[in-house]
Amino acid sequence: MLGKLTWSAIPFDQPIPLVAGAVVLVVLAAVLVWVVVAGHLPYLWREWITSVDHKRIGVMYTLLASVMLLRGFSDAILMRAQQAVAFHSQGFLPPEHYNQIFSAHGTIMIFFVAMPFVIGLMNLVVPLQLGVRDVAFPTLNSVGFWLTATGALLVNVSLVVGEFARTGWLPYPPLSELTYSPGVGVDYYLWSLEISGVGTLVAGINLVTTVLKIRTKGMTYMRMPMFCWTTLASNLLIVAAFPILTATLAMLILDRYLGFHFFTNEAGGNVMMFMNLIWAWGHPEVYILVLPAFGIYSEVVATFSGKPLFGYRSMVLATMAICVISFMVWLHHFFTMGAGPNVNAIFGIASMIIAVPTGVKIYNWLFTMFAGRIRFTTPMMWSIGFMVTFILGGLTGVLVAVPPADFLLHNSLFLVAHFHNVIIGGVLFGAFAGYTYWFPKAFGFRLHEGWGKAAFWLWLVGFYVAFMPLYAVGFLGMTRRMQHFDVPEWRPWLMIASVGAGLILAGIVCQIIQLVVSIRHRAELRDLTGDPWDGRSLEWATASPPPVFNFAFMPDVTGEDAYWAMKRRAREEGAKEPDYQPIEMPRNSPTGFVCAFFATVMGFALIWHIWWMVIAGFIGAFATFVVFAWRDHDEYEIPADEVARLDRANLAARRELVTEAGSF
Amino acid sequence: MTAITMTSAHRNPHLAVLDEAEHEGPAPKRIVTGYGFWIFLLSDMVMFSCFFAAYAVLLGQTAGGPGGAELFNLRNVALETGCLLASSFACGMASIAAEVRSHLWFQIAMAVTCVLGLAFLSIEFHEFADLVARGAGPSRSAFLSAFFTLVGCHGLHVSGGTLWLLTMMAQVFAKGFRADIQRRFLCFALFWHALDIIWVAVFSVVYLLGSAA
Repeated sequence: MLGKLTWSAIPFDQPIPLVAGAVVLVVLAAVLVWVVVAGHLPYLWREWITSVDHKRIGVMYTLLASVMLLRGFSDAILMRAQQAVAFHSQGFLPPEHYNQIFSAHGTIMIFFVAMPFVIGLMNLVVPLQLGVRDVAFPTLNSVGFWLTATGALLVNVSLVVGEFARTGWLPYPPLSELTYSPGVGVDYYLWSLEISGVGTLVAGINLVTTVLKIRTKGMTYMRMPMFCWTTLASNLLIVAAFPILTATLAMLILDRYLGFHFFTNEAGGNVMMFMNLIWAWGHPEVYILVLPAFGIYSEVVATFSGKPLFGYRSMVLATMAICVISFMVWLHHFFTMGAGPNVNAIFGIASMIIAVPTGVKIYNWLFTMFAGRIRFTTPMMWSIGFMVTFILGGLTGVLVAVPPADFLLHNSLFLVAHFHNVIIGGVLFGAFAGYTYWFPKAFGFRLHEGWGKAAFWLWLVGFYVAFMPLYAVGFLGMTRRMQHFDVPEWRPWLMIASVGAGLILAGIVCQIIQLVVSIRHRAELRDLTGDPWDGRSLEWATASPPPVFNFAFMPDVTGEDAYWAMKRRAREEGAKEPDYQPIEMPRNSPTGFVCAFFATVMGFALIWHIWWMVIAGFIGAFATFVVFAWRDHDEYEIPADEVARLDRANLAARRELVTEAGSF
Repeated sequence: MTAITMTSAHRNPHLAVLDEAEHEGPAPKRIVTGYGFWIFLLSDMVMFSCFFAAYAVLLGQTAGGPGGAELFNLRNVALETGCLLASSFACGMASIAAEVRSHLWFQIAMAVTCVLGLAFLSIEFHEFADLVARGAGPSRSAFLSAFFTLVGCHGLHVSGGTLWLLTMMAQVFAKGFRADIQRRFLCFALFWHALDIIWVAVFSVVYLLGSAA
């Protein structure tokens, strides 16, 4: 009846996951009870869960990422603590648990923190920057978000029901095959990522179509803000790379469920085919994450330097060059495969070439700052911290791109230090910069600067203290994923690294305090004009938070830095009352949520081999599709009066500020 | 202060020539929908190319079992191909019927598309069942794993397409040729034709080359 699922799936004998799971369940239950008792459920359902508004969906993506960041970070601090104490001893985490933790840490941080964070910011900002009212496919957008949430949910269910993979964040066969991983851990991994992968693909298709087909009048390609360009590049990579992940994991699923022989040791299976396929997705994935971050830095640096972005065209070219070259370097993840010196040389050189456009970008940001009137706000601090940190990570990347060096450093902690250097210093700092920069746009009030700067310094110092020792210990020959060790030279470095993890923890605490303090003091931090930073692109041309239709009138763009030009022109010409028209907007739809519900049921049933439930889930999903197809009215009209009321309020607030300041 | 710039200024028609490189604003819905679906189809083709690549890598890995030349029946495959190509033709007819809003011809053409699609599926199903019965199932060798996955993935697409086809017929029957239903039908037609393109590749790479070997 319940397939492989029995009471023994609950880890009653392992206190750490059981207590952690219990705490999470209690917190979740408490939140749910509070939502229901306080009567917030109808509001949540109407305004958030069924929302197809790109801004709301963007916020929900970012929220998911933040919550998952806490989960991924608790894994990280457990690992650092384990390695700090596990010298000539077993530490406090048994090997089977430790292996699940490092697998879950990587999986969660990449798929459920970094991905939703950047996709959330793209969703929130790109339509506003393009000067339009919505994305190309609003309902699909909601489906994409909820499928991502399904994947995150399944990974976290594995904490309490069953186990997670012990194979690392990429399930390399033959270890991940049924012979060596007979449990449900790898299945949790596979189905979570298949489901959330579909969600990501949907988001990618939606954003590519939005940037290419839905731009306001006059917004030619070469006038788009840099963030729109990097969004385009990143989502093109999603569309081209995520199907590879889906196909590769599907092959592993077939091996495990139906006895196929893609990657087995028997019957002609080819293990190295998995490495090649997974990295043909995996390397572009790195750029899927970091390109949007590059876009965020471009916006932040230009705004807070009070100058147009230096070398806009070279920045576009560099972005698209990275987009293409990122597909030509995947083999550098396994130079040790034995493909021979010529193949390794080609991929080594390609990996070094991709550093060139990245270098171009760094110079562009530096020259943007040069002779600018720089304001050292929190987003700007994250950006400068990024530049220093990312250069270091990029240089160690070029080092491991040299095949002979890679043969020595492969699978060592040097590699772990390198990719944390670029992902924390590149992607995460960018996500935090974007979070602080666009928070007032999303919610109508700024985040507290003091706590934000405290968080920045703790994160920055914590990062260096945590990861520089890992470079050193990698040179000393320590391989990754060790549950215990007995080399005395490694010990001091690992103890320092655990101190770094503690500093990062303090940084995260500061971020939580920052959010709480900002919400409590939102009256003082209120952004009345919609343009708190003296911005340059169109998202600042509308109110904060923007009305559901974003713009009462679609802006007419005449050059780069569209909003900057508008502000200058408006000062010369003054304003006059426009002729407001009614606006049609898409209706909210529960399709995404219902889809995700059935996907969760199906995913869980597939993991535990509960076949009747799989069929029930499939029928439910198909029924949802038919019901959605059957809808008659998918749009509603906002009357001209309402549009006028909202727009006038915002314009009045802006005028008042201009009058107060004398000149703007 | 931003109001004036947001008003869409009336352009002097004589200057329109100069603005040809200018962007005219968001594309109409039909273009957006079709464009997005093309992007999806491209991603689907990327997925198929992975299965093609896996097939190419594992082609020789028969593990002492049968290879393509012993297993493939080209007469059957020719029949399958005929069914699928004809169904695509019928789907094209349905597009024309939708264009001229003829309910009768639309339903006839879609029914023919459906029957031909089902014929294709039943031939494929028999081929698979026959192979399994002869001890050449997907777990026999890596080559057969790759073969069943590649061809089966196409078959799954055709099955899903058939379900979609039936809902399209029902939608047109119940609601007529509304603009949104026309857009969905455009996507369906693109999907069905794309499956043809993939089949041509399957036919050439798997069956033609495989039988020659």
